[in-house]
Amino acid sequence: MSEYSDNVVSIEGLTKSFRTGVTAVQDIDLDVAPGEFVSLIGPSGCGKSTLLRIIGDLVQPTSGTVKVNGKSAHQARLDHDYGIVFQDAVLFDWRTVAKNVALPLEQLGWDRARRRERVAEMLELVELTGFESSRPWQLSGGMQQRVSIARALSFDPALLLMDEPFGALDEMTRERLNHELLHIWEKSGSTIVFVTHSIPEAVFLSTRVVVMSARPGRISDTIEIDLPQPRGPQTHEEPRFFELVTAVREALAVGHGARPGAAAAAEEQ
Amino acid sequence: MSDVPVEARRARIVPALGRLATYVLVVAVLWGAWEGYKWLWQTTGWTWPFLVDDTTMPHIHDILNAFREPITEGGPALIHPLLDAAWFTAKEALAGFVLGAVIGFGLAVLLVHSRLLERGLLPYVVGSQTVPILAIAPMVVVGLGSKGVEGWKAVAILAAYLTFFPVAINSLRGLQSADPRAFELMDSYAAGRWSVLWRLRVPASLPYLFTALKISATAAVIGAIIGETPASIQEGLGGAIVNFNQYYSLQPTALWATNIVCAALGLVLFGLVALAERLLLHRAPEHVA
Repeated sequence: MSEYSDNVVSIEGLTKSFRTGVTAVQDIDLDVAPGEFVSLIGPSGCGKSTLLRIIGDLVQPTSGTVKVNGKSAHQARLDHDYGIVFQDAVLFDWRTVAKNVALPLEQLGWDRARRRERVAEMLELVELTGFESSRPWQLSGGMQQRVSIARALSFDPALLLMDEPFGALDEMTRERLNHELLHIWEKSGSTIVFVTHSIPEAVFLSTRVVVMSARPGRISDTIEIDLPQPRGPQTHEEPRFFELVTAVREALAVGHGARPGAAAAAEEQ
Repeated sequence: MSDVPVEARRARIVPALGRLATYVLVVAVLWGAWEGYKWLWQTTGWTWPFLVDDTTMPHIHDILNAFREPITEGGPALIHPLLDAAWFTAKEALAGFVLGAVIGFGLAVLLVHSRLLERGLLPYVVGSQTVPILAIAPMVVVGLGSKGVEGWKAVAILAAYLTFFPVAINSLRGLQSADPRAFELMDSYAAGRWSVLWRLRVPASLPYLFTALKISATAAVIGAIIGETPASIQEGLGGAIVNFNQYYSLQPTALWATNIVCAALGLVLFGLVALAERLLLHRAPEHVA
């Protein structure tokens, strides 16, 4: 059925068990429409990072299907449909900022002039113009993460996969980057699947929050975030924002409240 | 206004002077320790752990003077044949160093792509280094000699034998050293094996490679010097050492002078590697090994 839909991601009956016998995710059904911003939230060990990696064809599912733009995840990867941002920027030390952003473009065989033009655009988008020839280790953590976002968006991937991208940053930097990410998302019109631990972050950014429970990881609830767009600093003040934060918090509590030990369980990766 | 450039110049000159002062101080302390030990043992007549006299421990200034004096009546000053010998040995060491580095790095690239090869070959690579070079040298030199290969080239192969091992082991480690997520990132671009090698593995391995090259630079010099002995090569530093060994009781300063030249040659090669590292590596300071 999903072949006929125009969903960017459609997942059916997905289960992933590791050889150790641990079941990371079980019976996942999830569709993501074009232009959506979907957050996966859940306790440690609920398999949300594994789910993200399965979508990106970096981890193979045990059963079930994943389609990306109607293709298999594998084909989507070969077609360069994914931009990935990790918790750490994972920039290449030996490359300048500009060359880090250009890395996927080199891989795609873009010529030098086209690369340079795109890198300039991307650095402007993440407000790092002027840092082209800096080395990654000369930048702050927040700036490094912006370079990594520019790198992920540089080749216009159909889907942006973000694995707790702001988890290692301080609260103020995190909030500013949340605003910037929304701005970039509005401008680029990309589809984003975003893994996070933070309830306010998920509510603030997403069009939909997918709540997961742990051991095995399942989708326990899905909450539509009907806050008006565009969002900004004022969004944090709206009563509806607090209602939704509470709704997600309660959904999380239901998801793993019966098993208080689950949160302490080690992350499956 | 003129304060700024003066300040800037001072900021550059003061540390440079400091470094120079450190070098001078170290040399002075070593000199003093040598001469002090010699003086103390000679005046007290101590003979433990060995007898101290002008043969076992010549004066430093005598050793330095030996460079200026001819070794045979009417011949050139010692420094000239020593520099010729150093140049000859440097050629062997450098050729062996380059050969060994290429083989070592190539082997590491091969092993990193095949777990099976790594398991199968690595024990032999390690085993090769437990065989003393003195046992291998005659085989290599005589074997290659019978094929008409020049002696210095056979010696270069011995230098390569000492070079390739640290390079292979360290490079293998370096080629595996990148962040696992960097590999995932390359995967997400559907990057092939060569692209991952060229864009990720090799650049990530360079700090490890240079650490190995620094070790190998001195090892290659030792390999060349030792290799000259069984090859009966007279033109190099190994030949000079064998020669001056025989006349040690008559002219101990000549051997000490030769030792200084050997050490200097190792330092020069080491320095060249360190210079290349500084020019080529633009890593975070804490990542430069």
